[in-house]
Amino acid sequence: MMLINGVQIDETFAEAFNMRGTRVIITAQNLKWAYHAANAMTGFATSVIGCGVEAGIERELNIEETPDGRPGLSILMFAMGSKVLMQQLETRMGQCILTCPTAAAFAGIESEDRINLGKNLRFFGDGYQTSKLFSNANGMSKRYWRIPVMDGEFLCEETTGMVRAIGGGNFLILATSQPAALAAAEAAIEAMKQIPNVIMPFPGGVVRSGSKVGSKYKTMFASTNDAFCPTLKGATNTELSPEIESVMEIVIDGLNFEDIAEAMRVGIQAICDLGEASGVKRISAGNYGGKLGPHHFKLHEIMGKSST
Amino acid sequence: MNALTFTLTKKLQFSLNCALLNPSHLANKTPSDIASMLLNYGNSQCRVDEIFEITGSDTQNIHFKNTNNKLEYLGANMASGSMTIDGDAGAYLAYNLKNGEIHCKGNTEAYAACNMVSGLLTIAGNTGDFLGGASAGLRKGMRGGTVIVKGNAGDRVGDQMRRGLILIEGKAGDYCASRMIAGTIGVLGGVGEYACFNMKRGTLLLTKLPNLHATIQDCGSHTLPFLNLMFKSFAQFKTKFSSIQTQRVQRFVGDAACNGNGEILLILPAQ
Repeated sequence: MMLINGVQIDETFAEAFNMRGTRVIITAQNLKWAYHAANAMTGFATSVIGCGVEAGIERELNIEETPDGRPGLSILMFAMGSKVLMQQLETRMGQCILTCPTAAAFAGIESEDRINLGKNLRFFGDGYQTSKLFSNANGMSKRYWRIPVMDGEFLCEETTGMVRAIGGGNFLILATSQPAALAAAEAAIEAMKQIPNVIMPFPGGVVRSGSKVGSKYKTMFASTNDAFCPTLKGATNTELSPEIESVMEIVIDGLNFEDIAEAMRVGIQAICDLGEASGVKRISAGNYGGKLGPHHFKLHEIMGKSST
Repeated sequence: MNALTFTLTKKLQFSLNCALLNPSHLANKTPSDIASMLLNYGNSQCRVDEIFEITGSDTQNIHFKNTNNKLEYLGANMASGSMTIDGDAGAYLAYNLKNGEIHCKGNTEAYAACNMVSGLLTIAGNTGDFLGGASAGLRKGMRGGTVIVKGNAGDRVGDQMRRGLILIEGKAGDYCASRMIAGTIGVLGGVGEYACFNMKRGTLLLTKLPNLHATIQDCGSHTLPFLNLMFKSFAQFKTKFSSIQTQRVQRFVGDAACNGNGEILLILPAQ
């Protein structure tokens, strides 16, 4: 049995699956408006089950890091396939970034696979749109679109890169009370936000409604994870011991296996640092017996160096 | 390997077509092959070694010395390598340049960068009319690449230009950006009459307001964030354009006479 600072780490694994991902850089006159744009674009993007994509703000960018020298944010967006990702990105660009005062959008990742940012959005310009092709010192050229809008010009790069990614990294926090589970989850999220190339797409990074595959109802292909519902301890084949009153899950999507594993490690470590007295008793993970995805994040391997 | 160097030894009475003397065409040729090549000279032909002293062997790095404005089509159709011209060049310098770099340390005649596709042309002195324009009979001029002129340019800079970048540190003559289809032209020293005449699209970046004809419309003063990207892309060329810091411009659009959507951006002091 693995114990870290009195918190039990289950010998299990998180099961993750292949996704397609992209990164977009959003800039604006100031960080406040960059957040308005980014929050709109990543809103209703918690799970591919109902939203099409999973998206989140990766980090803040200072003026030296953005193409146009304004404050900005990087956004990561993931989908199960390239077609959905393209469709969702264009829709969200049009409704959330084009509409947001002073906002501009740029490619945040380079790859041979390209998806549209402003390529089709330019037609909003009704013939007044202008393209500019700028080259850098390496001879690489990038096309940008200037679309006249009521606050001035909307500036948008033509395309961004699309890469292979991983979705569904996760761990479960099992605590003696709901406040204890939430406080531990918040501590984990704060630590995990420091890791690049990952997002935690659910509200505040935390999900309370972990799901299992399938349902007794034919129309549902996912339903509540009853084995981890504390109020069903006596009614189902529970995974919970009697003292557990609340379980919360953190889901991680990322551009590669290593960064997701590192995000899980720092998140679980932050919880363990709170100690057993915080009310957290166990850390577990969600998997489907290895049938869902090829990427297995084994908790004991990830936390191996931290065990006591 | 030393640069393949052509030193002009003959006083030229007529124009000499030097289109064959570029890295792409000379690759894998021996010195004797090069010496025996025939160039069009006036209405006749002459061997290369009758006109130039040839030294060096690196065909991807070509130097021309003791040059004058009778040497036409220098760097024409070039697709790789570099060329340095230690003096003046004749008309059609970098004609249809596809790639590589050409550096002219003197002045050039008309039609420099005519039909240029890609690559870099720098001109340390002045250049003639139709810089980046289209050759007779064609409806598209320069289609890509970058041209830097440290001195002045003649009339009709960028005539029918389709794509690419022309930066002129000095002045440009009349009809600058005439019939321009797209691309960017920057002029620090002012332009003559009828700028953007029949312009369809593209950008003419200026620091001094010229006399504009009636079909160029004033759209007011604006702060345009894309200028930050554009000036960043200029930085690699080490020109006086790199010192421009402002994103504040007065925007003119035209030419309304041909339903054009081109623009003049007049640089204004930062607010």
